[in-house]
Amino acid sequence: MLTMPAPDESVLARRAEIVAALRAIVPGEGVIDAEEERRAYECDGLSAYRQLPMVVVLPSTVEQVSAVLRYCHRQKIRVVPRGAGTGLSGGALPLADGVLLGMGKFNRILEVDYANRCVVTQPGVTNLGITNAVSADGFYYAPDPSSQIACSIGGNIAENSGGVHCLKYGLTTNNVLGVQLVLIDGTVIRLGGKHLDAGGYDMLGVITGSEGLLGVVTEVTVRILRKPATARALLLGFPTLEAGGDCVAAIIAAGIIPGGMEMMDKPAIHAAEAFVHADYPLDVESLLIVELDGPAIEVDELIAAVKEIATQCGAVYSRLSNSEEERARFWAGRKAAFPAVGRISPDYMCMDGTIPRKQLPFVLGRIGELATKHKLRVANVFHAGDGNLHPLILFDANKPEELAAAEAFGADILRLCVEVGGVLTGEHGVGIEKRDLMGAMFSEDDLAQQQRLKCAFDPDGLLNPGKVFPVLHRCAELGRMVVRGGAVPFPNLPRF
Amino acid sequence: MSDTLRPRSLDELRDTVAAAAADAATLEVMGSGSKRGFGRPVQAARVLDLSGLTGVRSYEPAELVLTAAAGTPLAEIEALLAEKGQMLGFEPPHLGALYGTADAGTLGGAIASNLAGPRRIKLGAARDHFLGAVSVSGRGEIFKSGGKVVKNVTGYDLCKLLAGSFGTLAALEEVTVKVLPAPAKQRTALLFGLEPAEAVSVMAQALNSPHEVSGAAYLPPAAAVRSSVDYIRRAGTSVVALRLEGTPRSSETRCKALCGQLSHLAAVEELHTMNSTKLWREIRDVAPLLPDASKAIWRVSVPPSAGAAVVAAVPAGFILDWGGGLIWLATDPAGDAGAAAIRASIRAAGGGHATLVRAPLPLRAAIPVFEPPEAALAALSARVKEQFDPRRILNPGRMYAGS
Repeated sequence: MLTMPAPDESVLARRAEIVAALRAIVPGEGVIDAEEERRAYECDGLSAYRQLPMVVVLPSTVEQVSAVLRYCHRQKIRVVPRGAGTGLSGGALPLADGVLLGMGKFNRILEVDYANRCVVTQPGVTNLGITNAVSADGFYYAPDPSSQIACSIGGNIAENSGGVHCLKYGLTTNNVLGVQLVLIDGTVIRLGGKHLDAGGYDMLGVITGSEGLLGVVTEVTVRILRKPATARALLLGFPTLEAGGDCVAAIIAAGIIPGGMEMMDKPAIHAAEAFVHADYPLDVESLLIVELDGPAIEVDELIAAVKEIATQCGAVYSRLSNSEEERARFWAGRKAAFPAVGRISPDYMCMDGTIPRKQLPFVLGRIGELATKHKLRVANVFHAGDGNLHPLILFDANKPEELAAAEAFGADILRLCVEVGGVLTGEHGVGIEKRDLMGAMFSEDDLAQQQRLKCAFDPDGLLNPGKVFPVLHRCAELGRMVVRGGAVPFPNLPRF
Repeated sequence: MSDTLRPRSLDELRDTVAAAAADAATLEVMGSGSKRGFGRPVQAARVLDLSGLTGVRSYEPAELVLTAAAGTPLAEIEALLAEKGQMLGFEPPHLGALYGTADAGTLGGAIASNLAGPRRIKLGAARDHFLGAVSVSGRGEIFKSGGKVVKNVTGYDLCKLLAGSFGTLAALEEVTVKVLPAPAKQRTALLFGLEPAEAVSVMAQALNSPHEVSGAAYLPPAAAVRSSVDYIRRAGTSVVALRLEGTPRSSETRCKALCGQLSHLAAVEELHTMNSTKLWREIRDVAPLLPDASKAIWRVSVPPSAGAAVVAAVPAGFILDWGGGLIWLATDPAGDAGAAAIRASIRAAGGGHATLVRAPLPLRAAIPVFEPPEAALAALSARVKEQFDPRRILNPGRMYAGS
């Protein structure tokens, strides 16, 4: 069972005073006190875990964010930042003694700058909202998490979100140019801007993916790209999972980087087909969607090359999209895979490990064995191009033994990912969900150095505590230098 | 003459740094030393030479990932990748010639300085290709960051912090980078005779086109005449260069389309793969085009649309890369070598940074080599340094005076 930091009774005792102080900073409806209204914020996309926040604050200016954080810092009150609340790892799970800082009112795009190919926006704007603002002029924002219609760009920065196109175009971190950031003591700083790279330490890089533990982003500058001239998708079916996995490796080995390369196994194919009728073949064990985008002439050449590779890898089904409508239908099944699986099972749990591509057949085989061991069904969808797996574990939360089995199964899958050279999370973040597995991937020293970074930003541990790190160390303890007793300086080193 | 320590393994590196930390004895962290002239002069008790940590530890082309010891020569990595038709996507500049050496440095050095060549605008900087590391902090502790797969959000992305930290936070022992297929062919569209402001506008048009331009640079007449590519050397005027890479038919077709789109603005010409490769290497490495060894060299990053305004404000030899966003300036090393004027023009441009890449030692000691951060960011940077290297033993003063 998940343990969160014990609520600070002295903070809870001052609740009325704290609410009043926050109201003085954010007037009107910006402070939510009533229990039934706070209920809307009790969980994010990882809805198995819920906690009512002490109070919700919805600031609408950077000055308010700064003043709220400064107040909480002085009063030693914990703060949980929240974007759109679509995160899948519990990063925005409230704390019973914490202020939930919702950024939803920061919902305006501030500037579109084509000369510098960037957009300056407030963090509460949705991922798709950025693309929509520049789409008519032929541009788009590349990272496209499945939740892009709802998730906010500020949340994308907190999680370093990916999407189906990140094999070719990178994650959020590769597409953000600058932010305005408020530190826990209320200090407002600017990192980056419309120029490239940092002039000193790359704080922007380390903020991205920091899951709300280092600061609160109040403005964002992202890079936009010209839409590819053409995009076409190939649907490829294989008689085995291995053949599909081999095809993925062979495409990459041939020097081709598709815009997207997704794979589904038979249970996922059937669930998706039943849900959206994408016209997927039902008699194959694995299905690949390979999308090639770019200049038309190059796309045509690459389509021919991928078809040839697929044939060599034993594809038994091959279909090329001949219209935008058909390409969208190919994707519709994949993009609806999660809700589709939701229709065939009362509950499901989505995993997010990444593995070296070559381990795909082995890991899929092991996941099958683990399913048998835990007596649960599993459907697999993956971003095959970059080895990011999303096994969906099917269970019924009304049966307590099934929830426990699903959690154990999920943990086994993630440990397996690490064992074969991969990582715990490719794009959903650690949050609370994978927090206690961090030790499978990182040593004590590795984790201590990461927590020391936290100490540089937030020495009192007030921002989003209980997330990412399994054990919370005090900064004073982490700062201690251990000098190994009796160490001879520079033993046995060649000198010049 | 300072003592040089040359560890041959991760454990030796850890022991070396730990012992130095115990004594609060400072170390100048160095790969091959090819960029020793880059940054502020370091006054350290000993040199920590990482060039003994060499060798590729894993490379499977189909995984697009390579792991090597940090001291492995960059040239060796690039040759190995080329054998398999792959490359480092960030096109690391070989700056050795700026400092009078043919050495291209080490893989760790390329990462620690986070430099990127012309392809930065399409594929990102070193930091974008840096997936994982094993390092020893100034505390003398081994820590791992990142991973060995391309998609990973597990924990803080400490790699981003290490890239561009010039060895002031930790000594890199092992580096994992993402690699990419090298394009089969390239072409370069040339436009002649444009002024800087016109050139920046043309480059923006090209970068905003669907033709996937992977390099956009401007050489004023004084730089063009130094190129080893005949078409450019003999142009007798300024040159805009726009690179298109891909399959043979694709790069050819896109280059023709782009030339067609821009030919009403200036005289156009095309370079094929051999000449194009030669030209972009010159732009990447800078020294061939700004060869005067007596000049101070600045590297300035600004919003691309501000590139022309910066070169107008500072009297200097120059070239523009990244569509105007990267400016290499060759200034007179007298006085502040143009520091005040350059940094004022950056502020006027709405942000960016200038780094003094080469200058006589006294000058590098006297003026801020890296862009001075505003007070709050400087304080945060100092706190981060403190958490990695509390006794300030790693490359003291390399980035900022007193750090």
